[in-house]
Amino acid sequence: MDYHILREIADSWVLLALFVFFMGVIFFAFRPGSRKLHNDAANLPFRHEDAPADSSTSDPEGQS
Amino acid sequence: MWDWIKIALFGVIALGAALAANWARDLAYQIHALIVMAVAAGLFIWSVRKAGDEKGPVETGYMDGVIRAGVIATTFWGVTGFLVGVWIAFQLAFPQLNFDFLQGYGNFGRMRPLHTSAVIFAFGGNALIATSFYVVQRTSAARLFGGNTAWFVFWGYQLFIVLAATGYLMGSTQSREYAEPEWYVDLWLTVVWVAYLIVFLGTIMKRKEPHIYVANWFFLSFIVTVAMLHVVNNLAIPVSFLGSRSVSVFSGVQDAMTQWWYGHNAVGFFLTAGFLGMMYYFVPKQAEKPVFSYKLSIIHFWALIFLYIWAGPHHLHYTALPDWAGTLGMVFSIVLWMPSWGGMINGLMTLNGAWDKIRTDPIIRMMVISLGFYGMSTFEGPMMSIRAVNSLSHYTDWTIGHVHSGALGWNGMITFSALYFLTPKLWNKQRLYSLTLVSWHFWLATIGIILYAASMWVTGIMEGLMWREVDAQGFLVNSFADTVSAKFPMYVVRGIGGLMYLTGALIMTYNLWMTAFGKKSAAIVTAPAE
Repeated sequence: MDYHILREIADSWVLLALFVFFMGVIFFAFRPGSRKLHNDAANLPFRHEDAPADSSTSDPEGQS
Repeated sequence: MWDWIKIALFGVIALGAALAANWARDLAYQIHALIVMAVAAGLFIWSVRKAGDEKGPVETGYMDGVIRAGVIATTFWGVTGFLVGVWIAFQLAFPQLNFDFLQGYGNFGRMRPLHTSAVIFAFGGNALIATSFYVVQRTSAARLFGGNTAWFVFWGYQLFIVLAATGYLMGSTQSREYAEPEWYVDLWLTVVWVAYLIVFLGTIMKRKEPHIYVANWFFLSFIVTVAMLHVVNNLAIPVSFLGSRSVSVFSGVQDAMTQWWYGHNAVGFFLTAGFLGMMYYFVPKQAEKPVFSYKLSIIHFWALIFLYIWAGPHHLHYTALPDWAGTLGMVFSIVLWMPSWGGMINGLMTLNGAWDKIRTDPIIRMMVISLGFYGMSTFEGPMMSIRAVNSLSHYTDWTIGHVHSGALGWNGMITFSALYFLTPKLWNKQRLYSLTLVSWHFWLATIGIILYAASMWVTGIMEGLMWREVDAQGFLVNSFADTVSAKFPMYVVRGIGGLMYLTGALIMTYNLWMTAFGKKSAAIVTAPAE
């Protein structure tokens, strides 16, 4: 296995695989029905400010 | 049982370090062995005294002690790093400051790596560890995984910093940019870093929220990639197990490429991805609005990590590195404009509908200027990676200016704003001691950076042009010493800019100290939860 074989694999299949994966990520981000999920995730920093979810001192209203 | 294992372990380490100090082949190794011996002996005594103590009830709240320690360490190392930076800036302007009695320890060559590592790894690293521990707990709704492992990460990292810093002053360096520590310090950092990964990943795995918040993605990519970079770049064979010298397993252009693959991804994943993790939590929190577009943040993340890893070769234009590799690095650097600016816009637009906060909240102002410098330096960087521009900018002070507009502007400012956000929360205070002092810090730091960057643009482009200037016969017009003397005024301006930045940091230290430990502001009365 020398440099040229690695180079050939990198130039063809690996390049294709990375590109397809990246396109998949973009599609996944924009897939129909993701908006509700993303809005929920975007609000994550505003829950559980003071205590973990399983702690008895946490505010039940704060958990979704 | 665990108590006894610990006692035995610390005893063996202290004994081994004592033997190593005795047989050491060089001064740096000897001092380091003595430091390790002192630490292990101290821990030995401490564990003996604590052995058999009753364990308190299992704590269930967030683990904030280690984050408080991290905030203190970040502030301390930040001021130290800026101080050394100001000092070496004036050493360049006034070479007499390389005092004779400090030759070999306090001259520019020894102090420079101390400065870079102190600000990047001690200040930036502590900020990243502290904020990542804070953010991962809040967004996973879970206490840190692994109990006291988080404390091991904190103190282990401080030991790494002390070993690295003292090593540089004694000349223990493997001469790899941003990776100067020798083999045994590298091994120790690897252990600490794996523990860090376990704590972070363990907390994510026991999260109570279905989703992993985007900040944690950035933090995780930072931890994983830095582990990979650190291990590969530091592959070396020690000359002796009792000395600090080692030889890299790579040679020639492969060595250079490995070095800059590491070096640029230290910028990409340590100083960018990690700090973007901070940005994606603290900007929405301080603005009290969720991030502008969560979809954009996902694409920002994947595009950034897919592209950054290839950008390293742009550091090696016009060297023995093949042209195609340089072109590859250059193209990927330019494509990086997109995710970088996407991320900046995402951060700035989070303030959409709350723009008045820039006027009323100095912490928001700091975050905005930080994102502004992020955008500016990620515009400047790809431009400098273009081969034609690089032929002018490379080896000049322009590079130094570029690094500092990113480090002081982006990393420094976002860290300061995170510290201002965290301190009242962590010490249970209603608010900061003084917002006026935050404003002072903001303006001192901002004007300091502008003086720094502007003087380095002028001097960098000037010396680049002087170096390439030839007369009608094709002879070089300027000697190297001519460029050095022409740079003097800009060096003084740069030093003054650094001094202003340091002053701002000292004001912040006072402000944070008074917030945390001052008597003036009353503690929040925590009402029992309903």
